[in-house]
Amino acid sequence: MFLINCPYCGERDQSEFTAGGEAHIVRPKQPTELSDDQWAEFLFMRKNIKGVQFERWNHAHGCRKWFNIVRDTSNDKIHAIYKMGDKPPIK
Amino acid sequence: MSENLRITNNKFIDQTTRISFKFDGKTLYGFKGDTLASALLANNIHLVGRSFKYHRPRGIMACGTEEPNAIVQVGKDSSMTEPNTRATEIELYEGLEASSQNCWPSVNFDIGAVNNFFSPLIPAAFYYKTFMWPANFWKLYEYFIRKSAGLGKSPTEPDKDIYDNRYLHCDVLVVGGGVSGIMAAKIAAKNNLNTLLIDDKNTLGGTTLFQQNECFKINNSYSNEWIKNEIKTLYSLKNLTIKTRTSLAAYHNYNYLLARENLTDHLDLKERKNKIRQRLWKIRAKKVIIATGAMERPLVFNNNDRPGIILSSSIKKYIDYYGVKCGQKISLFTNNDSAYETAISLNNSGVVVNSVVDIRDKTNSLIVEQAEKLGIKIHWKSTVVNTNGYKKINSIEIMKLSDDGTSVVEKKIKEECDCLGISGGWTPRVHLFTQSGGKLKYREEDNVFLPEKSELDQISIGSCNGDFELNEVIKNSVYSTNKFLNVNNKDYENLEVTSSKEIDKKNIWLLPSDKPFKKTKSFLDFQNDSTANDVKLALREGFKSIEHVKRYTTTGMATDQGKLSNMHALGIVAETAGVKMGELGTTTFRPPYTPLTFGAIVGRNVGEFFDITRNTPIHEWHVEKKAEFENVGQWKRAWYYPINNENMHEAVQRESKAARDSAGILDASTLGKIDIQGTDASEFLNRVYTNAWSKLEIGKCRYGLMLNEDGMVYDDGVTTRLSENHYLMTTTTGGAANVLSKLEDYLQTEWPELDVYLTSVTDHYGTVSICGPNSKKILSKIIPDLDLSDKEFPHMSFKNAFINDIKCRVMRISFTGEHSYEINIQSSYAKSVWEKCFAAGKEFNITPYGTETMHLLRAEKGFIIAGQDTDGTMTPIDLQMDWIISKKKYDFIGKRSLYRSDTVREDRKQLVGLLTDDPNEILEEGAQIVSETNKQPIEMLGHVTSSYFSPNLNKSIALAVVKNGKKLKGQKMFVPMKNKTINVTITDTVFLDKENKRLNA
Repeated sequence: MFLINCPYCGERDQSEFTAGGEAHIVRPKQPTELSDDQWAEFLFMRKNIKGVQFERWNHAHGCRKWFNIVRDTSNDKIHAIYKMGDKPPIK
Repeated sequence: MSENLRITNNKFIDQTTRISFKFDGKTLYGFKGDTLASALLANNIHLVGRSFKYHRPRGIMACGTEEPNAIVQVGKDSSMTEPNTRATEIELYEGLEASSQNCWPSVNFDIGAVNNFFSPLIPAAFYYKTFMWPANFWKLYEYFIRKSAGLGKSPTEPDKDIYDNRYLHCDVLVVGGGVSGIMAAKIAAKNNLNTLLIDDKNTLGGTTLFQQNECFKINNSYSNEWIKNEIKTLYSLKNLTIKTRTSLAAYHNYNYLLARENLTDHLDLKERKNKIRQRLWKIRAKKVIIATGAMERPLVFNNNDRPGIILSSSIKKYIDYYGVKCGQKISLFTNNDSAYETAISLNNSGVVVNSVVDIRDKTNSLIVEQAEKLGIKIHWKSTVVNTNGYKKINSIEIMKLSDDGTSVVEKKIKEECDCLGISGGWTPRVHLFTQSGGKLKYREEDNVFLPEKSELDQISIGSCNGDFELNEVIKNSVYSTNKFLNVNNKDYENLEVTSSKEIDKKNIWLLPSDKPFKKTKSFLDFQNDSTANDVKLALREGFKSIEHVKRYTTTGMATDQGKLSNMHALGIVAETAGVKMGELGTTTFRPPYTPLTFGAIVGRNVGEFFDITRNTPIHEWHVEKKAEFENVGQWKRAWYYPINNENMHEAVQRESKAARDSAGILDASTLGKIDIQGTDASEFLNRVYTNAWSKLEIGKCRYGLMLNEDGMVYDDGVTTRLSENHYLMTTTTGGAANVLSKLEDYLQTEWPELDVYLTSVTDHYGTVSICGPNSKKILSKIIPDLDLSDKEFPHMSFKNAFINDIKCRVMRISFTGEHSYEINIQSSYAKSVWEKCFAAGKEFNITPYGTETMHLLRAEKGFIIAGQDTDGTMTPIDLQMDWIISKKKYDFIGKRSLYRSDTVREDRKQLVGLLTDDPNEILEEGAQIVSETNKQPIEMLGHVTSSYFSPNLNKSIALAVVKNGKKLKGQKMFVPMKNKTINVTITDTVFLDKENKRLNA
């Protein structure tokens, strides 16, 4: 149970949030021009890193806003939190 | 009560208040302040249970959470009983009834004890090895194994006690109220930090509370007197909350901790009524100080498990705290100084100490010298090679150790005794530290694992951090706490501490015997009955990882989680495998530290509070009409309305017929409703639905299908254009929350440029649906000024209207295929509108129908239910709904997936209709469909998704998904059931009114 510093509401318990998988996977603007393989890359392929991972989270039981988290999956340490559309503050 | 086992000058037990209790049916007496264990020992009862595998007699061995043997069943009422409770932790109360576990017919005569004689035949993993074959015999084996193993009985009735959960936030949490915890809590609280101190015992002070020994003094008074004053000060501090009888169960990441507070278990039964039994505290602490102390290790030697063999420090607590002698002639066996504290305490209380058997060559620390001065005999460089006595120890056999400690030499000495205290040194309680993700380091000089590195804001102080000398505990705890809290408290400066310092250390994990090793029984895990032999066997059989050895031998896997056995198991594995302890690592300590009751975990969330239930605004009416209800997500929906003892089938047939013949009324309030506004609302709908929305006229409704990005049907519903930039979307009842989340996700992350606002209005509107050929007449009675002509108010359109000045929205849409209206009105008016419709429809025999009839009626028309006829693997094309996919739209969610190589496969499962050859045969939903019956194995082509008996068609109908089903129309198929095979024919999905004439009837 970690604490998440929602960029809109402040620090809240993890139970108020839902995880939304890997961040920065942009929906292709012209899906019809993609091959099966290219579309499958967007549709199915996700990283599952032991270590620092970029993730989407939603404050589902709060402001309902989506934002991004940089989290170390091995110890749940959160390295950065930033709004949708912002550039990741760390690499 | 055997009076001679009690000493009278005791400060902790109220010897004026006698308490009666029952153990194994026998009435016994103890005093207020006793635990069940101390009261049993005072009654000279050591034998409290049988061991798990060999059914060897076992006695009380410890005085706290680490107790492996004295686990008992509590409660006289077998329906409310509690198994696996440690006698050492049960505070005695009037009326307590407890009994031994794992013995049959009784603890004194246990038939399973024959296992002991066969023990050479029951090695490690005996059960795994033996009962694997033949595989289908397991059912038989399991019955007997479970019967003979059984660790206690589960209660059969719901728990009547009240439990509670609460949240707590603090600056500093101190776990453990011993000497270091007390100092840390005082430092924290005095520096304005909101502090919580918890301890699992009923009083603070730890073992210092009863330490009255010349060798341990603080500022010239006995350490017990010093700590009493400290405790008094603590209770006067403002920022400090103290919770005793509170045991920390789990330490999670981000300093989130769970602690269970016992509130009534120590009270007399009659005082407990209407009180909360246990409370689970969910604690979020900024900083955590772990001061959980250490626990004494046993020694591993031949026959080290007899009743009467007790940890040395526990014997000391029984005599110094409870005033109970564990025996009259006690021998002690040790590898360190702490047994001498016990020897001196016993001697001071007039108990004969036969001797101390010490494996060390000779040592002359302060405490050993004190013992020698008192004339206590010491066998240096010796070991106990055997113990005797079946149900209670009666003698020990002592021999000298060889120089290298691997064998025994010289003459065997037999010493009679009625109790043997053992001490194998101390193990810091690092469980909580490791639970929180902390990494341990190994200290070789005294063989302990200590906290090393943690990611969290926490420290360990005192003996759980490896400080075993009183002066060091005090000095280091004060220094570390000040540094950790970044304060400079001077309360403990210049304390004068006298402490006997242990000089010599020696450790032998597995002590030698004069018997060959294979003929000895040296127990490691007392509860799971695993011996040193078992561990060595596992290593011989090729197990290397300590985690594997643990599971194979079950060492450390009992309810005590190996509190006493882990270190020796590690030691023996390391020694035998020739690796260093530090490199071997430890097994994982998992929460909870001590078992939690289910009650404490769920708290108040039981019965009707287990999950939220949602009722529609018309719910009361359904209840009055004696409707049966169905759970749909959290909603309670009217399922059917039986009259005159009708069963479900009869009620549904009647309701279905009435709805088509005249008029039916349905509560559709549970459908998800999302209000969509904004200048880009139409564009947004274009992107989320498969069909086109830009050209939908204001005042018109349209059915939409929503896909996932993978092309599979996700949800469906009718959306109405209320004005230029204003839509009302409906979703399935179960999908409402997920659909809203999904739409919000796309709006926020993929299309933030769209000007669209979403609001869930599911609970704001009640929905009354009336259908059937007479629905128009009924509506015109309620809203007379509304033009209901097909020209003015055609199918798939909407009107604003008023019922008695109350604004409502009327949609002419249909999920049954009948002429039908849905009235949406503010929830608070929904019930009165419903009643109005019902009254107006009386002359037409308007019939309320529930979800089951609704499902039947739509199935007659071949309308799908997302989630019943689809399962996340169906595309619209699979559903034969190609018509709803816009060919003109450039993109919508899931479009690209509709022509992936997998989704265009012709042999995908497709939605079809099924008719049984026998029109009275109703298929089972989920039944499998095959094309032939005389081949094995036979390929499953699909399954039935919806099945009903249609009263309107007077035959059985079904929807199904079948491989390549579109092309199989007219084909015969088979549905094999348990006792018969049903012949079916694949048909079109629409069974009734293919021309949709009834919509405008």
